[in-house]
Amino acid sequence: MAACDLSAMQLASLLRRGEISARQITTSVLERIEQREESLNAFITVTPEQALDQADRADARFRAGRPLSMLDGIPFVAKDNLCTRGIKTTCGSRILENYVPSYDATAVRRMLDQGAVLVGKTNMDEFAMGSSTENSAFGPTRNPHDPQRVPGGSSGGSAAAVAAGETVLALGSDTGGSIRLPAAFCGVVGLKPTYGRVSRYGLVSYASSLDQVGTLARTVMDCAWMLKAVCGHDHRDSTSADLPIPDFPSTLGNGIHGLRIGLPHDYFVEGLDPSVAARIREAADVLAECGARLVDTRLPNARHAISTYYLIATAEASSNLARYDGVRYGLRQAKPSGDMIQMIQATRSAGFGREVKRRIMLGSYVLSAGYYDAYYLKAQKVRRLIKADFDRVFEKVDCIVAPASPCLPFALGEKTAEPLQMYLVDVFTVSANLVGLPALSLNCGTLDGLPVGFQVMGRPFDEETVLRVGHVYEQAQVESTRE
Amino acid sequence: MNRWGHERRMRYDVIICFETHVELATESKLFCSCRVSSGAEPNTQVCPVCTGQPGTLPLLNKRAVEYCIRAGLALNCSINASSRFARKNYFYPDLPKGYQISQYELPFCENGHLEILGDDGMPYPVGIKRIHLEEDAGKLVHAAGSMAASSYSLVDYNRAGVPLLEIVGDHTRNPIRSLNEARAYLEKLRQVLRYIGISECSIEQGQFRCDVNVSLRPKGSEQWGNRAEIKNMASLRFIVEALQFEIKRQSQILESGGTVVQETRAFDEAKKITLSMRSKEDAPDYRYFPDPDLPPVAPEGLDVEAIRRSMPELPDEKVDRFVKVYGLPRQEALLLTRDKPVSEFFETCAATGKDARRLSRWIIKDLFKLLKQAGLDIQHCPVPAADFSHLVDLVASGFITDRIGQSVLEEMFARGCGPEVIIEEKGLRPIQDLAAIDRVIGEVLAEHPDVVAKIQAGDTKPIGYLIGRVMQKTANRADPRQVKRRMEEKLRP
Repeated sequence: MAACDLSAMQLASLLRRGEISARQITTSVLERIEQREESLNAFITVTPEQALDQADRADARFRAGRPLSMLDGIPFVAKDNLCTRGIKTTCGSRILENYVPSYDATAVRRMLDQGAVLVGKTNMDEFAMGSSTENSAFGPTRNPHDPQRVPGGSSGGSAAAVAAGETVLALGSDTGGSIRLPAAFCGVVGLKPTYGRVSRYGLVSYASSLDQVGTLARTVMDCAWMLKAVCGHDHRDSTSADLPIPDFPSTLGNGIHGLRIGLPHDYFVEGLDPSVAARIREAADVLAECGARLVDTRLPNARHAISTYYLIATAEASSNLARYDGVRYGLRQAKPSGDMIQMIQATRSAGFGREVKRRIMLGSYVLSAGYYDAYYLKAQKVRRLIKADFDRVFEKVDCIVAPASPCLPFALGEKTAEPLQMYLVDVFTVSANLVGLPALSLNCGTLDGLPVGFQVMGRPFDEETVLRVGHVYEQAQVESTRE
Repeated sequence: MNRWGHERRMRYDVIICFETHVELATESKLFCSCRVSSGAEPNTQVCPVCTGQPGTLPLLNKRAVEYCIRAGLALNCSINASSRFARKNYFYPDLPKGYQISQYELPFCENGHLEILGDDGMPYPVGIKRIHLEEDAGKLVHAAGSMAASSYSLVDYNRAGVPLLEIVGDHTRNPIRSLNEARAYLEKLRQVLRYIGISECSIEQGQFRCDVNVSLRPKGSEQWGNRAEIKNMASLRFIVEALQFEIKRQSQILESGGTVVQETRAFDEAKKITLSMRSKEDAPDYRYFPDPDLPPVAPEGLDVEAIRRSMPELPDEKVDRFVKVYGLPRQEALLLTRDKPVSEFFETCAATGKDARRLSRWIIKDLFKLLKQAGLDIQHCPVPAADFSHLVDLVASGFITDRIGQSVLEEMFARGCGPEVIIEEKGLRPIQDLAAIDRVIGEVLAEHPDVVAKIQAGDTKPIGYLIGRVMQKTANRADPRQVKRRMEEKLRP
């Protein structure tokens, strides 16, 4: 197996035994990128020189016996909506095609400070708006398991890169499922932490009350190490939680005996592909065999989650994207005879893709005078009802197992004609964002050669339980493939 | 106010409602740690946050919140248990994020008042609806003066993110009813805000900006006319002129049976008129919603009581205290407390001085005159409080006469030295030698027999003239009261 296909923990062990160097690992990743990138298009920017430079410095630290952390020398990528100082950050959009930030996002900085090696910035749906990475201004990313199919979105580039060995670890963002869905479609592990766990400073905002920075990797343990590295209070983000950081990796092996796992009755309905549903139930059964107790649960307001999400997210997005006006940075499309307002209009018309424009229009409407109460305010009230559902459920269970997606990875172009069709793909993931819950997505097998993923959702700030459940499942699968 | 204005006033009731933006004197901006100072090179006091770079988030300046609550307490408002920031969305090049972080539904302070002296001479608590915090925008400069005429414009973001307090009058509860009350309100508001140390309130430097709403109704009618809003007048005088014109304009419309259009108007400084800017139909929809990047602010996190306890004394309180403790007449107390530094100068003097009432009179009459002539404010007074106090004591004790004291003060002011030096130098000590005084009195009486005759016939008024002659002859070194006493004795038949 090539170094780039190993897990971060396997590589950390090899590094400490002197059996491999950081430069070798990074070179392996860069070679894989060279091989596969043309067919995958997972990256917007690759930074080979800087990566090798960082790797060399990691090697110097290892030689001195002073690695910075378990992630020292391990290659990672950052979704292109995470600001990286001196490195182009486009958000998958023409309007930021040549934008170079003057600062690092907190999550990126923390990875770098612990010695991780940044290899590049990954492709995404423009401004994180999409579920397939087909909305990128720089072409779609393809699913490594089947190049005719989408990798999911909006963190499609990150997920595909992890799946294809073009990186070991990845940072992504999740507003309505944008980490969990591509993780499921690409057969890797994706974690959306509790809202407030990881600083949003430097994550280009799509929907402020829903966005979270999260992690993608090939194992649950790797995700746990990454989460530990990036989470924690950041005074620059007023919504970041001031809570102690648990040692996530250390509790992963504690097993799930007696753990109560909820299965939401309201998710297993028409619209969910029956063979996907079957895989989810099988995964739940595996967990039961490992000592957990399955409990049927109800989430009666689940059917309102998609509309609630698309009202709140688009409203916040319409405001968050107002700063892209061509005045201070990014694309400027001046009209020779026009005034400043016309310049702003021309810039935004040329710089934004169709889906972004659609959501800005929707969001502006939702907030407009005369409609604010009926839409935005109402959606916030329903959001509280959805949260109340989960609060009630968590009195009886410790975590919830659910599908990640209603369908298998679909073909490129299959859902682009009907925006609402695309929106419905998010049906199982948006609730975790609306309520702010931690949620993990991991692979539970294949169907017709395509990956199927399932979700584990937990109580606020209980990433430990969610990761533990994922780890137990993962280990059980490893066991069973050995048998 | 001319006669026509008076007649007009008789026919119409007026409501004037101010919306004032006050630039807070914090060290940094409202949502980032950029320094706030005037005169910096353009775009040098900026950072990724206040220029709206992608991915940045606001971080609330707690000092600004404290200043806002101080203002709320000083203006008798109730402080909300929880307060929320809201986004006001619109596009303009001087607005870096495409929205302004302001407040909408839950401002920090509500339902207060500011007491002024009403037109009827009675205290009148002008209603204040709300006080909230918001960030300022940058400054736009057009190459050819106006956007329409320019081929390019420049933006300076130094001012973007500076904390502003918005103070909104209440047109339903004790509104301002006249130009005089308007002036009194603005002067008192500036005074109070300067007293509590949250802003210098300089109108010229843009630290105190007023928009004003005006509407009229015929006396005896229940129905108020529509209101017009006048924006951004650059000085107190312009505000008054704009109001004068606007009241006249609206009364003329109502007189001719028309209706005032509800709109925004601008003041033309040169022509002294207001002009229509924007009618109600064009009013933008700001799509306000609570800012999700800023959690609710609860004052327990801020200890409103501690702020209340640490509040500086307010002007009205100080006036009452000066009257009570120093025994000053109210009018003098008002003059001494109009500017806080003057009141502090007075109190420093009074702490060591023996005669507070004399101190007060000397400051108001003599020191103010010298400061005004030199174009200085009390903070730049060349006479330190200790020296001034000492001088007044010397006069009070009779060591030197009142008039000598005045000329000594002028010397002290010009040279910046203490009184003793000057008195010794110029030999200004009063003449204590009674015999010498009597001699001069004798001289003067002898020189003016006709006046003496008048006085002895019963007309006591001309004695002042004779005393004055004695003062002249003694180069003001005689004590006028003593001169008067001895002269009166001499003149007694």
